[in-house]
Amino acid sequence: MTSGPLAANGAERPILQVRGLVKRFGALEVLKGIDFAVAPQELVFVIGPSGSGKSTLLRCCNRLEEPDEGSIMVDGVELTDPRCDINAMRRRIGMVFQSFNLYPHLSALRNVTLALRKVLRKSRREADEIGRAALARVGLSDKVAAYPAELSGGQQQRVAIARALSLEPKIMLFDEPTSALDPELVGSVLATMRDMRESGLTMVVVSHEMRFARDAADRVVFMDGGRIVEEGTPEKIFTAPENPRARAFVAEIAR
Amino acid sequence: MEALAHQFFNLDIMRQAWPIILQGFGMTLLLCLAVIPLGLAGGLLVATASLSKSRALRWTVKGFNDVFRALPPLVVLILLYSGLPFAGIRLSPFAAVCLAFLLNNSSFYGEIYRAGIESVGRGQWEAARSTGLSAPHTFAYVILPQAVRNVIPDLVSNTVEVVKLTSIASVVSFTELLYAADMARSVTFNTSPIVLAALIYLVILWPVVRLMSRLEHRVAA
Ligand SMILES: Nc1ncnc2c1ncn2[C@@H]1O[C@H](COP(=O)(O)OP(=O)(O)OP(=O)(O)O)[C@@H](O)[C@H]1O
Ligand SMILES: [Mg+2]
Repeated sequence: MTSGPLAANGAERPILQVRGLVKRFGALEVLKGIDFAVAPQELVFVIGPSGSGKSTLLRCCNRLEEPDEGSIMVDGVELTDPRCDINAMRRRIGMVFQSFNLYPHLSALRNVTLALRKVLRKSRREADEIGRAALARVGLSDKVAAYPAELSGGQQQRVAIARALSLEPKIMLFDEPTSALDPELVGSVLATMRDMRESGLTMVVVSHEMRFARDAADRVVFMDGGRIVEEGTPEKIFTAPENPRARAFVAEIAR
Repeated sequence: MEALAHQFFNLDIMRQAWPIILQGFGMTLLLCLAVIPLGLAGGLLVATASLSKSRALRWTVKGFNDVFRALPPLVVLILLYSGLPFAGIRLSPFAAVCLAFLLNNSSFYGEIYRAGIESVGRGQWEAARSTGLSAPHTFAYVILPQAVRNVIPDLVSNTVEVVKLTSIASVVSFTELLYAADMARSVTFNTSPIVLAALIYLVILWPVVRLMSRLEHRVAA
């Protein structure tokens, strides 16, 4: 696997490589030196107590938050380099938010096509075509013309996923994509994410959906107090974590 | 009673004054067509500048807003019209009115836009920027449409004030509705032309005011 044309093509190079990442809010150090890599087609779960810095880590990975120290490479490009065209990079880094953040004044299709038109400068026809395909992929072909207020939470979140997917990202970052949803709507979003995983998308997911993590994640990372304190297979982290904090946390969310 | 009707609701005099009042009304419309778009555009500029990263620019805008929200527009108008000639700049009445309104309205409309922009959640910025949209594109296509929609009642209400305020143009002898009516009053020694002008303002603005209170109810609901 490490030899031959694949390696020469850089297929083994991580899509996301974070080194020594430090982030402070004023005097509060929220990330205290994070080293973290995600290989192509990998699905990594990030768990940890509230305030441990999970969201901040994700948000640094597309520079919604400016890192104070360290390096963030996405697909071989250093994001913290002042010469880096951050807008060009961001569209390759899909992000899905807990609160969906759909544009309420635009239809589902227009939510998806806005960046296609303005960032990728596609024609309206081409953008519409891609947008419809992306909405079809998340099972919302019949909601193309609907406005966010007319959609259920699960449907809104899937539109948000389609919005990110349509830009053909190299990696997708999910920040608690299902925690704002009613329990009966969680399944549809997880099914969409599973489908994306099967198509080979690289994903980082902050979530406490243990069942999903167990059967979809390659690796689980446990964060505490701004550090990654343990990582391993879902099997290991959820059944026999070494770190006592991890053990307590897993016992807590398993209840 | 009859004397009252004669002095305020004299149809004969109203008929005589009608052509000149109609002309005045035309000028008021013209003024509105110049002053409202100018104010809306100036306000947008002011609101955009107040979001700037540059502290100097933000403070300049703040100062501008404070000054022109505090100064009576009539004072600004007279200053521009009769003060500027001493600085070698002579403005026509129309230009002076436009400039005075631009200064005054930019600050008022600007504050309304700003409130609208602030009412749009941070998540909207973040979602848009995360798809690679630039800050100007995010502002134009995501933030501003929502901001404007959130403050339409305030924009309409301010616009009603602006229409009413165009009557101050009469002090620099711009022959808008009130000036025309007052002219007619002074030659006829009768108040009916003023009543007629008042009725015209009422007929134009009353539907807008109605609409406004309906809008406000809808937003509140
Ligand atoms: N913009 C900000 N300004 C100041 N402090 C912040 C800011 N954003 C996050 N923090 C702080 O940083 C710490 C980490 O926050 P973060 O949102 O990354 O945690 P989290 O692990 O995602 O928690 P949760 O599970 O509750 O979402 C918290 O103490 C939080 O209060
Ligand atoms: Mg979080």
